[in-house]
Formats: sequence, C-alpha cells, structure tokens
Amino acid sequence: MTPALRTKGLSKSWGGFVANSQISLSLETGARHALIGPNGAGKSTFINLLTGVITPSAGEVYLNGVRITHLPAHERVKRGIARTFQITTLFPGLTVLESVVLAICERRDVAKAWHCTVASRKAEIDEAWALLASLHLEKDAHRLTRALPYGRQRLVEIALALAVRPKLLLLDEPAAGIPAGESTEIFDVIARLPTDVTILFIEHDMDLVFRFAQRITVLVGGKLLCEGTPGEIAADKRVREVYLGEVQYA
Amino acid sequence: MMARPISAPAGQPAGKAVAAPSSLPERSLLPADRWSVREVAFWIIPPLCYFAFPGYLMLGSQILIAGLFALSLDLIMGYAGIVSLGHAAFFGTGAYTAGLLASHGWSEPLSGLLLGSAAAAVVSLPVSLLVVRGQDLGRLIVTLGIGMLFFEAANKAAMITGGVDGLSGMEVGRLFGLFAFDLVGRTAYLYSFSVLFLLFLACRRLVHSPFGLSLRGIKESGKRMASLGVPVQRRLTTIFIISAALAGAAGALLAQTTQFVGLDSLSFSRSAELLIMLVLGGTGRLYGALIGATLFLLAQDVLASLDPVYWQFWLGLMLVVVVLYARGGVLGGFELLALRLRRGR
Amino acid sequence: MLGSCLGVLFDGVAYGSLLFLISVGLSVTMGLMNFVNLAHGAFAMLGGYLCVALMSRVGMPFLWTLPVVFLAVAVIGAALERTLYRRLYKANHLDQVLFSIGLTFMAVAAATYVWGPNQQPVRLPDFLRGQMHVGGVDLGVYRLFLVGLVILITLSLHLLMTKTRFGAHIRASVDNQAAAAGLGIHVDKVFVLTFALGTGLAGVGGAVGIDVLGLDPTFPIKYMVYFLLVVAIGGAGSIKGSVLAALVLGIFDVAGKYYVPEIGAFIIYGLMLVLLVFFPSGLYGKKA
Repeated sequence: MTPALRTKGLSKSWGGFVANSQISLSLETGARHALIGPNGAGKSTFINLLTGVITPSAGEVYLNGVRITHLPAHERVKRGIARTFQITTLFPGLTVLESVVLAICERRDVAKAWHCTVASRKAEIDEAWALLASLHLEKDAHRLTRALPYGRQRLVEIALALAVRPKLLLLDEPAAGIPAGESTEIFDVIARLPTDVTILFIEHDMDLVFRFAQRITVLVGGKLLCEGTPGEIAADKRVREVYLGEVQYA
Repeated sequence: MMARPISAPAGQPAGKAVAAPSSLPERSLLPADRWSVREVAFWIIPPLCYFAFPGYLMLGSQILIAGLFALSLDLIMGYAGIVSLGHAAFFGTGAYTAGLLASHGWSEPLSGLLLGSAAAAVVSLPVSLLVVRGQDLGRLIVTLGIGMLFFEAANKAAMITGGVDGLSGMEVGRLFGLFAFDLVGRTAYLYSFSVLFLLFLACRRLVHSPFGLSLRGIKESGKRMASLGVPVQRRLTTIFIISAALAGAAGALLAQTTQFVGLDSLSFSRSAELLIMLVLGGTGRLYGALIGATLFLLAQDVLASLDPVYWQFWLGLMLVVVVLYARGGVLGGFELLALRLRRGR
Repeated sequence: MLGSCLGVLFDGVAYGSLLFLISVGLSVTMGLMNFVNLAHGAFAMLGGYLCVALMSRVGMPFLWTLPVVFLAVAVIGAALERTLYRRLYKANHLDQVLFSIGLTFMAVAAATYVWGPNQQPVRLPDFLRGQMHVGGVDLGVYRLFLVGLVILITLSLHLLMTKTRFGAHIRASVDNQAAAAGLGIHVDKVFVLTFALGTGLAGVGGAVGIDVLGLDPTFPIKYMVYFLLVVAIGGAGSIKGSVLAALVLGIFDVAGKYYVPEIGAFIIYGLMLVLLVFFPSGLYGKKA
C-alpha cells in the first residue's frame, strides 16, 4: 500500500550548518507518528520542508506516492497537508468563529466570492460550529483569539488545521506550554480524529508521546537516530543515552 | 463595519472578550448585511444637505468625492493592511484621463468616468506587483516613489497635461443627455452622491463577503493565511486593483465636476491628506473613511481660507496629537465610548 | 567626451556624498529603533536655515556655521527624541509614518512663516567658489569641498563605530536590542545620542547642501523619497550600505539628468524599482 507520506534522503543545510541530513521516513495512512529529539535536532525544519515553507538541499518528498518536493506551499495545502505552528499563529483581531469560518471558506474555495455575505454561508457556518463543538470551543466562539488564554489558543490553532480537512496533519508541539491536565484534552481530540488522517506530531512530553504514538522517530543533530514502536524506542540504549536523566519511562 | 449579530440568543451579552488595554473593543459577530438604523440615518444626510445647503453644493461634491477616495484607501489599508503613501497616483490618473477625454471632444461624462477608473486599474497592475511583494518599509517607499514618479511624469508631459497650469478647456456634456453641469453644482452634487453611494454599496458587500474576511485574515496574519493554502499575493493584487479603480473614479469625478485637473491631484500632499482623513475617521470600517473625509474637508474649508500656512501647521499638530493620544480616530473613539457605556450598565 | 564623463561622474559622487551625509542618520536610526522617520529631511532643512540665519544675522563665516549647526540641530533632535519620538518606538509603522508626516507639515509651515516660501540664496566664501583644474578635468571647488568634507565625516564615523565603545554599543543595539540591554548597555542613552548624531549630521548636510539642493520650505517633502531610497537600498542600519546606495543614486541621478534630460528624473525611480525588486532588504540590510 502506498504510504501516505514518504521522504527519501531529505536534507537541508544553510551554508555550513546542516539542519536535516538524509532523513528517510515512511508513514502509513492513519498513522499516529511522533517525532522526538532534543532541542535543535531539526524537527521544525523537517516540518517546514514537508509543508513547503523551505526547499530541501537534497532528497524527495512523496505524498500518497506523488512527488511534491518542490511544490509551493499553498499547493500542498490543497493536496491535504495542514500544520500547526510551535508559536501560536492565529488571527489576533478575528473571533474564533470568524477564524474557523475563514479557514473553511478557503478550503471550499468560497473565499473568492464577493457577492454574498459571510453570514449567508450556512453550510460553512454550520461546519464551523460543529468543529468548535468537537473541540469544546463553542463558548469562546465570539471572543477575539488574542483575548483567549494560551491553552485555548492552542486549541484554536488545531481547529484551524482541522478546518482544512487535511489528509496529513503535522503538529508542531501542539501541547507546548500547556499544563498537564489540558494537554491530554488536546491529545484526546487528536486521538479522536478519523483513521484516514495521517498524523505526525513533534512533542517533548514523553508521557503524551508514549500514550498516543503508534510509532516514534528519533531525530538527533539533524540525523535520524532510530525508529520503532514505543516499546522498541523505550528499550533502545542509544535513545536512553540521548535522554539520560531527562525523562522517566513508565 | 456595522455588523449585526446573527445568532445571539436574547439576553446573552454580545461578547465577553476583555479588550487589551490599548486596543479597540471587539467587533460584533459574523459580517451580515442588515442595515442598522445608524447607517440608514447616515445616508439620509447627503440628500438632506442637498436641500438644506443649496449654497454649499460644490463643497458638498468635494466632500463626497474625497469620501470615495478615502474609501478606496480604506480597502487596502484598513482591510488588507497595505499602507500606501502614493495613492494619489491613481486618483490623478483617473482625473487626467477623464480630463483629457473631455478636452479632446469626448464629453459624455459616464463613459469618461468608466474610462478614468479603468485607466487607473490598468496602471495599478504593474505597481501592485511591487507593492504586494514587499514588507512594511519597502511598501512605503515604493508607494511614495510611485506617487512621485507619476507626479514627475505629469509635470514633464506638460504638453499633454498642461503641467503646472493644469488641464483646462474641458467640455463635460450632459449627464444622460439631460442634466447639464451647472455653476451652482446641483448636477455635480447628485452625480457625485450617486456614484459614491453605488460604489459604497459594492464595497460594503465586498468587505462583508468571504473575500473581505480573507483580506482581514491576511492583514492579521499573512503567515497563517499562507498555511491555509491561500495565494496571499494574488488576493492582495486583486484588492489593490479594485482600490485603484475606485481612486481613479474619484479622480474622474473631480475632473468632471470642477472641469479642471491640476498637478496637485497627483501630489504627495494629496496622498498624505488622504492618509490623514482615514486616520481621522478610523480605518477598517468604511464609514470611518467617509466621516474622516467630511471632517477634514470641512475643517480645511473653514481654516485654510484663513491662512494656508496656519492650516498646514495645525494639521501637522493635529496629526501628531491624534497619533499620540487618539489612535482609532473618531469611530474608534465612539467604539471605546460605547464599550465603556455597555460595561457600566 | 571623457572629460565630460568624468565631470558627470564627479558631480554624481558629490551629489551622492551629500545624500549620504543627510541620510546616514536616518539609516542608523531606522536600523536602531525600527522607526520610520519621514521628518528626517526637516532636520536637514533646519540646518540649512540656521546656517543662512547665522551668516546673514550674525555675520558668521560659512565654515564656522557648520559646527554650530551640527550642535544646534543635534540638541533639538535629542530634545524631540526624548519627548516625542520615544513614545512611538513600539507603535506600528503606520503610526510612525503619520506622526513624522505631522512633524514635517509643522516644520514646513513654520519655515514658510519665518522665512517665506522662496529659495534661500547662500553666499559661499570666495575660496570655495570657482573651478579647479584637476587631471585634465574642470571640477567645481565647492563640490571638491563637499566630497572632502563627507570623506572626513565618513572616516570619523567609521572610527566611531569600530574603535569606540559607544560605536560598539550602537552596533550591538542595532543587531539585537534585547541582548544589548541584557549586557547592561543603556539602550535609551544609545538611542538619544544616536538620534542626535544623525540629525546633527543631517543638519550639516542641509547647510552645505544649499548650493546643490537648494533650500526652501518644501525641502523635506521634495527630497523625502531620496533619503528613504538611500536607506531602503542600502539597508537600514548599515553605514556601508548607505554609502554605496547614496553614491549609486547620486551618480545615476546626475548622469540621467545630464545625458537624457527629458526623462532624467525617472532614472532614479526606475533604478529604485529594480533595486528594490532584487534587494528587498537592501544591499546590506538586515531582514525585516
């Protein structure tokens, strides 16, 4: 079966600095795949290469078997890639509802419509409310996103990615900076996503990683260290060396 | 934007957002199209003025035309976030196009208006390529430079444009073949008002549409929009061209109603004054542009006749004061007031 | 042919030097405070008018007015920075633009009120007038003086930036304000002194430039684009970039007006567009 996402020898370097080196990864459809590694390992760079924000120095990226290595970013979104940002990137002056409706309108290519009002787009609005409900964000629908507490902003960040109905969802530290109780809420949402959505997420919280990931890839210094199931990774000596003293495995 | 709530159950407050200290209170819910009482009242005023102030109709036309010009800038500045220091370039293009047509035998006003607007739109296409790509500073300089470029071009082409003396000898025919442009300005006033109102309706629908929402999204976070798959630059180019067309229409109106076009229609002062009007009234609300234009021209009419030097000085001072203490302009101030009153209840 | 070519080149260099002198302050303050100051030309204009006033009212010789102008304009610049400018450092660029346009209008109106709308004539001292024969080409003495003065000032600036602690503080603050503050650098002090230095230099530029650029109340608006172009093309915060940009602009402007006078002014704008397309952050600038 064609993997949902496949990279072959993906590399990126700036001048002498090598951010990603020969990363080959393969994700099956519906995978829940975690990407972990110490700070500066090149994880965000890898995500940027996948979304098309930056172009690789070498290697290829295949989405459902189709080569997208040099496809521009907005084209990749049309093909079903969505992402969240490590640093919350929302629309500060728009309300939560407006933000989600906007994202949905963009997906449905309605945004080019000049002649109808936003309020008249019943289908998009209904879908937006449904999405907000699934994330327990209905109460905040009419609040400006910049007025929300950080945890709720991270949820809106995910809502925007989901509004695009992605086939491949790339989450860059979705629970970053969120206290433990709320972070499981976020991952519960992620876990409830349909099985035809492939998810690759970067996370530092090992509890969350081991609870939600089916497979884990470890990145160190821009290179792929190892890959396997949570059990295999936990048992791997090299991984323990890298994370020695930082985390307790259950 | 006078939006009405579409699904707020009775008794529930419109929103519990706490506005950040230095920002404006939240706007209402999704953009809809219902006309509020305030809006209707606002638009009754110009026709009323027609009857109430028959001696000031030329000034009235100027205000309406400036309102249209300010509206065009609000589209790109208040909604898309593009600051332009050279929007007079498009205004002047429309003015000179209509003027040249009228002075060379083409006296039909409506077609002159359309052609003036079209000329501005055409000319804005190459400009937009530079403007939408840039960042803050680059855009300011490019738009400033374009404005000066157009000014220089018109100056150099004095054989065609009349240069410093301006373009005269314009013959503007009857509107619809029926209404002649009289010296008192009756036709001019109604003509300007009709054009402004129609174009305003179009703008109003535009900003309340998904397209308008996407512009606000671009202004708030271009990065986020890009990650949603939006071709940001293409959108910005579209609104830039629309804005230029409106500015060109305003310029054409001015040329036709005053039967004169001067270099000042392309000057930096014109662009700067436009910015001031918009800031005065408040950006991003369409009505702010109209209110700002009205206040500015009224003030100018009263004060500039006293002494142009004083006017410029006080204008500069007012601008400094507004920026330091009263950002958000008139409408912003009203919104803050409304919020405080609402909270106090 | 070569003679006129060299002459044009020299004139262009002189013009460019003048542009640099006025614009360098703008470049550094824009790179330092990220403040778009469209009123920078007003400080140059102020310097010009002060010079004229000193020469005609007090009878001060031309060369002596220059240091006085520098100090006076620097002091005024510092005062404005302390009271007004610093309140808008965190504001967005539009606010800064509006504010500086407001200041510009006030300056233009004030100048018109005090000195009238006409061009100010300047009587240059005799030893700075006329032509000098250098290597087969006739070069204007005044322009030679201009270039010499600017070279002197540029070298001093270079020494200031590279050899003094203050210069190091400026460079650190331009590079990374937060880090500089964290190192104990009084960023506030750096700001006001840099602003004073920049405006003072602009004042001198305005004074020595009367003969080349003219002086009337519309000066700040007329030349606003040029100063901004030097900054945009050279890259905000880069002195090296400002030198290069100013020279390029100066040479192309003079050459354009000399060889194709019908469209001479457009050369500058055409050049601007080309350069901004290829160097959106300027030749040496930091990314926005």
